[in-house]
Amino acid sequence: MDTVNLAWLLVAIPLASATLLLLLGRASDRWGHWLGLLSSAVPAVLAIVILAEMLGVSDGERSVRVHMFDWITAGDFTVRAGLLVDPLSITFALLITVVGTLIHLYSVGYMAQDPDRRRFFAYLNLFVASMLVLVLGDSFALLFVGWEGVGLASYLLIGFWNQRSDYAVAAKKAFIMNRVGDMGMLVAMMAMFATFGSVDYETVFNAVPGTNEGVLTVIGLVLLLAACGKSAQVPLQAWLGDAMAGPTPVSALIHAATMVTAGVYLIVRSGAIFEAAPAAQLVVVIVGAVTLLFGAIVGTSKDDIKKALAASTMSQIGYMVLAAGLGPVGYAFAIFHLVTHGFFKAGLFLGAGSVMHAMNDDVNMRQFGALRTVMKVTWVTFALGWLAILGVPPFSGFWSKDLIIEAAFSGTGWQPWVFGGAALLGAGITALYMSRLYFMTFHGKARWHLPAQQGPGPERDPKEVGWTMTVPMIILAAGSVALGLVLYQGVPFLGFLESVTGTEAPDPVLPRWLLITLTMVLVVLGALIAFREFAVRDVPLEAPRGSALTRAARADLYGDTINETLVMRPGQVLTRTLVATDRGAVDGAVHGVARMTGALGQSLRKLQSGYARNYAATMVIGVIVVLVLVLATRV
Amino acid sequence: MFGLDDFPWLTAMIAVPVVAAVVIWLVKPLRRIARPLGLVVSLVVLGAAVVMATGFDLGAADQVQFSTTASWIAALGVSYDVGVNGLGLAMVLLAAFLVPVVLVAAWREVRAPESAPDDAVALVNRQAGFVALVLILLGLMVLVFAARDLFLFYLAFEAMLFPVYFLIGIFGGPQRRAASIKFLIYSLTGGLIMLAGLIVVFTQTWGDPQGMRLDNLTDVFAGNPTTQFWVFLTFFIAFAIKAPMVPVHTWLPDAAAQATPGTSTLLVGVLDKVGTFAMIGILLPLFPGASAQAAPVIMVLAVISIIYGGLLAIGQNDLMRMIAFTSVSHFGFIVLGIFAGTQTAMVGSMIYMLAHGVTTAALFLIAGFLIQRGHSADMRSYSGMQRVTPVLAGTFLFAGLSALALPGLSGFVPEYLVLLGSYEVHPAWGVAAVIGVVLSALYILMAYQRVFTGPVTGQVEGVAEPEGLPVRRTLPDLVVREKALLVPVGLAIVFLGVYPAPVLDLLSSVADSFAAILGSA
Repeated sequence: MDTVNLAWLLVAIPLASATLLLLLGRASDRWGHWLGLLSSAVPAVLAIVILAEMLGVSDGERSVRVHMFDWITAGDFTVRAGLLVDPLSITFALLITVVGTLIHLYSVGYMAQDPDRRRFFAYLNLFVASMLVLVLGDSFALLFVGWEGVGLASYLLIGFWNQRSDYAVAAKKAFIMNRVGDMGMLVAMMAMFATFGSVDYETVFNAVPGTNEGVLTVIGLVLLLAACGKSAQVPLQAWLGDAMAGPTPVSALIHAATMVTAGVYLIVRSGAIFEAAPAAQLVVVIVGAVTLLFGAIVGTSKDDIKKALAASTMSQIGYMVLAAGLGPVGYAFAIFHLVTHGFFKAGLFLGAGSVMHAMNDDVNMRQFGALRTVMKVTWVTFALGWLAILGVPPFSGFWSKDLIIEAAFSGTGWQPWVFGGAALLGAGITALYMSRLYFMTFHGKARWHLPAQQGPGPERDPKEVGWTMTVPMIILAAGSVALGLVLYQGVPFLGFLESVTGTEAPDPVLPRWLLITLTMVLVVLGALIAFREFAVRDVPLEAPRGSALTRAARADLYGDTINETLVMRPGQVLTRTLVATDRGAVDGAVHGVARMTGALGQSLRKLQSGYARNYAATMVIGVIVVLVLVLATRV
Repeated sequence: MFGLDDFPWLTAMIAVPVVAAVVIWLVKPLRRIARPLGLVVSLVVLGAAVVMATGFDLGAADQVQFSTTASWIAALGVSYDVGVNGLGLAMVLLAAFLVPVVLVAAWREVRAPESAPDDAVALVNRQAGFVALVLILLGLMVLVFAARDLFLFYLAFEAMLFPVYFLIGIFGGPQRRAASIKFLIYSLTGGLIMLAGLIVVFTQTWGDPQGMRLDNLTDVFAGNPTTQFWVFLTFFIAFAIKAPMVPVHTWLPDAAAQATPGTSTLLVGVLDKVGTFAMIGILLPLFPGASAQAAPVIMVLAVISIIYGGLLAIGQNDLMRMIAFTSVSHFGFIVLGIFAGTQTAMVGSMIYMLAHGVTTAALFLIAGFLIQRGHSADMRSYSGMQRVTPVLAGTFLFAGLSALALPGLSGFVPEYLVLLGSYEVHPAWGVAAVIGVVLSALYILMAYQRVFTGPVTGQVEGVAEPEGLPVRRTLPDLVVREKALLVPVGLAIVFLGVYPAPVLDLLSSVADSFAAILGSA
């Protein structure tokens, strides 16, 4: 029997573990985290076996559908619970389970002092199971199951410490903004059902040729809305920064490496639709370009280490969305960058978590500094991740980001110049904010022992963290170093993906060597500025007021303000008005009508004191009279 | 020996609980063991329903099965005619499933009267009264879903009001009198309007000794569209009040807030479905032309209900009123699916009725558990309850996620099918209804946030506690009885979410036949 037929176990194992841990409750506190770890590790091994099996067959046979059971059967509409195992989905499955397992291991140490560690692992397992449904499902309906499932896991984990009200609000905000995106997903499926009679990938994609372009454009745009919600792309970006309320391993796994990249997966998977709807495709590229700059600019201003990394994630996903919007020339590059980013960004987040552990959970980088001296492993692994995200050759990010920049410069007319320019500029700003973050934390003068900074609580005594935390950081750092090179040069990873995504060689409007040189110049420039400001000079403990742009960036470019003004406040006013009118007008009107109809001219007071009985009696008498009349006339 | 088909299952399920109720009330020694006795009776009825279901011919699910017919008032054309198609069977199962759950939930809910809190005899009497009323209601619910005679249906429809009236008026909260009377006035008004329509139907079928059998009333006003429309309207108004649709919904929040959680469960979980059940089973076959004519307007009203109910739910401070408004929103989805006229939407509406029944039961009952502990339905008087009563919090969230239609739980498949099926014929209304998806996330998660998250401090019983005193730490989490009764409800929620195929098989052909009426009219 082929192992691929066991692919359902990838989902079933973590799901069963999550259910068990939640139902057993405190009874499983002692061993729950180990079960959680195991339930992520076994699927990782299984995914590797399935991959090996897939590599043993020819390109054309690599896409396998595994039928589980009939989920929805409503007349001529059927949704089967089935999995689609192909190079694209197995790539994701591997990323999710491998990075997921490392982060489970890290969490064993990170959450060791938390009385609810078992519940944390249950949620993590729930996330892994949902995310695997998302990428392995063989229809938009199944994708949506995972899509909402990861949204739930994200909600539960952002709000894991929801005894703090602001964390609870952050969790709710994330779920609601995702739901706005999910509306897009639902409308897309409604339109697909109306147009194709199915939401199954195969049926839909096969039916795309010959379908009205307007319909496809609408479907593409609402799919993009869904992707924006999940992947924190403009205009649905505002939740990601607040989502950093979750424990740091969550930020690493869900809000950096995997869940937030689901939007990219959706666009690449739906490539057939987007390619037939160029207008929608153009909007995708614009959203990607805007977000990559938006996130990068926000990233330069944040003093909160996690929020700076979150802004960076948003920006990096912007790169992927941009590439995915370019069509076959960019799909494989988007996924390639997604994979390398998954490793180095998860590594960076874990490093940040380790720093937070040492800093009594403080996140303000202005109070860090010179941590390289006390946390060697964290420092080195973080530095490797930093080099990777900067795109310094030969680290991972270089290979994948360079390809995206080349693809962005491909095409005709104004587009390569604008989008390529954005991607290039973004690389420079990335170097600036990531170097700022790195130098502020690990270099310069130590600011964490200054007496003024000692809040209540124990004195800071930063030390390296334990092995459960360092081992995952080291493995992810190894990925930051070598994964790009290995996947690009060592194994034909792009070719492996292309059997699903199609291919088209980039044809940049500028020569390749020039693009690489330009990128490197900007990166070095960004890093040097950061080095002078945050490593050589003293970092002030209070943030200077800064320019208008800095202040805007600190306020997330007013994303929240815009949402509050345009949606939240009007919504609150509407709700309050309706609640008031419901009791006054609607209820009153119905009362009025009732009074008129039933000769109920009496006061309400009397109505409430036994009138109902009379009324009921009247009705019974009325019925009898009618019956008598009917009987009488019958004669 | 007789086969499964020969036994008058439905009649037995109607008669047994009613007779048992009368016996429990009249034989005074039995009142003492009314609660276990009532539970046994309700379980027997559930067992009967399940056994009957096993004998149901799935291949002919759109046909009425287990029919029992007897001549009754031949002069009026009224007969005793009961039987169920796939939808009727599903609704009977829902009613039979929820009654034992409610009886267990209400085990300690019924207290001695305020005037004599220590009167043990009065307590026993009240408990017995509660059980008897619920059992009578069970018999009437089976009758109303099984009635195949229009007049019989009408009688059951009206008769159901009285046990509910007493359940709210006797056992409810401080404003129970006003709420129960409001409920009665609304329902009776609807009933009276329907009676007018019923009389017109009588005149039409005059002389036929079986004239009021639903099977003989198909498209009864075929030749007279104007009469058909007006009679349709009288029935529709009665059903819309019951369902309840905006703007005739205002009785529901009051009733739900004042009734005991068990009563609210039966009221919203089952009784209100009579409205939507009758829209399908009576409006469509009897008045196909008028139904098709009115469908576009009704769909607009349905979309208004979805959005209005959702917004109002967001704006509530009272947990029970909040749940009531979520139901207004959900009933909007059901009505939307019924009048969309596609099989997909129709089957969605049908399974929605079941799914909403179990989800709303869970919400009401769990909210009831909370209120029993904190003595307040006002969400503002709670904070951080997740840290105090984690199991209660977890179960509430679980039920809430089903209400917000999370895939994998019971709420999703119905909402999904209604949306897909409505968009097919009316894209604009489909898209407008999708807004309900965001609203549902808001009202559920806001409620969860207000009650269960935040620091463990605040007020209990509406009295200001000294700052920072962790009073609620002493509140107990769910006890075994409460957990046990949530197990079947939780399993039903998961079953309908993960493997709805058997239920959909039961409903598909029924949905097809009813959707076809609207499609072809």
